[in-house]
Amino acid sequence: MVQFLFYLMAFITLGSAVFVAVTKNLVRSIFMFFITLFGLAGLYVLCLADFVAITQIVIYIGGILVLMLFAFMLSGRDNLNNFLAQRKPFISIQNLPAIILVLVFLVVLLNMVFRMDADNFEWIKKAIVNKTTLLPSENTTENIGVNLMTKYLLPFEAISVLLMVSLVGAAHLSRKEKKA
Amino acid sequence: MIPLINYLVVSVTLFCIGMYMVLSKHNAIQILIGIELMLNAANLNLVAFGKYDSANNAGQIFTLFTIVMAAATTAVALAIILNVYKQYKTIDPDKIDKLGD
Repeated sequence: MVQFLFYLMAFITLGSAVFVAVTKNLVRSIFMFFITLFGLAGLYVLCLADFVAITQIVIYIGGILVLMLFAFMLSGRDNLNNFLAQRKPFISIQNLPAIILVLVFLVVLLNMVFRMDADNFEWIKKAIVNKTTLLPSENTTENIGVNLMTKYLLPFEAISVLLMVSLVGAAHLSRKEKKA
Repeated sequence: MIPLINYLVVSVTLFCIGMYMVLSKHNAIQILIGIELMLNAANLNLVAFGKYDSANNAGQIFTLFTIVMAAATTAVALAIILNVYKQYKTIDPDKIDKLGD
């Protein structure tokens, strides 16, 4: 059952990601990106990371995608018509270098992944022996909260300062310019 | 229990799709989506390995940090894209070849 769900989620994620990459319609590609993110959240749940999955849905789908749609609507009106007007072939010749580069990179990465044999790492075997792997019955959210406030307090503070700085910067960049 | 290698393969494929979008698209927002896909591929790896670390939860916590960073990046990038659109009336990175005044 878990196996089946994993393959279903992986198929949904990769299929919609490919659709995002090849479609000509920009709005449709942004909405298919929704589906990719939902599939990824499902994969996180299968890794027993339920809190991360919820965060993914709230921040990515609630925040980032709405922001993207908003920017797209503000900048893309005539752009959109241009894109719809010109019909290009499915794989145009000017994308060929990108396709070749990506395929070569994919082969290299897959080769590396199959060679490194991640399931037999030393520390993973040790974790299985010591029973420190996550269990479906465990309450991970509480553990994450405690760790975030003790062991990872410095990165937590750093990331909050970074988030504030970038939000102030974004607000500053997108303000209305006063006539000087 | 799903072997780790399955997650790694999904993540590698996702990363390559994201890289293809970054390399081939003519719209800054789609390039941004490609970058997000690559970030998500990295997140998937972190979460998959984090399953074997129930005491520290390092994988999941750093995934949370990555998500926050992605949100910050997107906010700034979209503000820049809007400004560029105001200046050039296009968001095709190939056509933006003049320095602003």
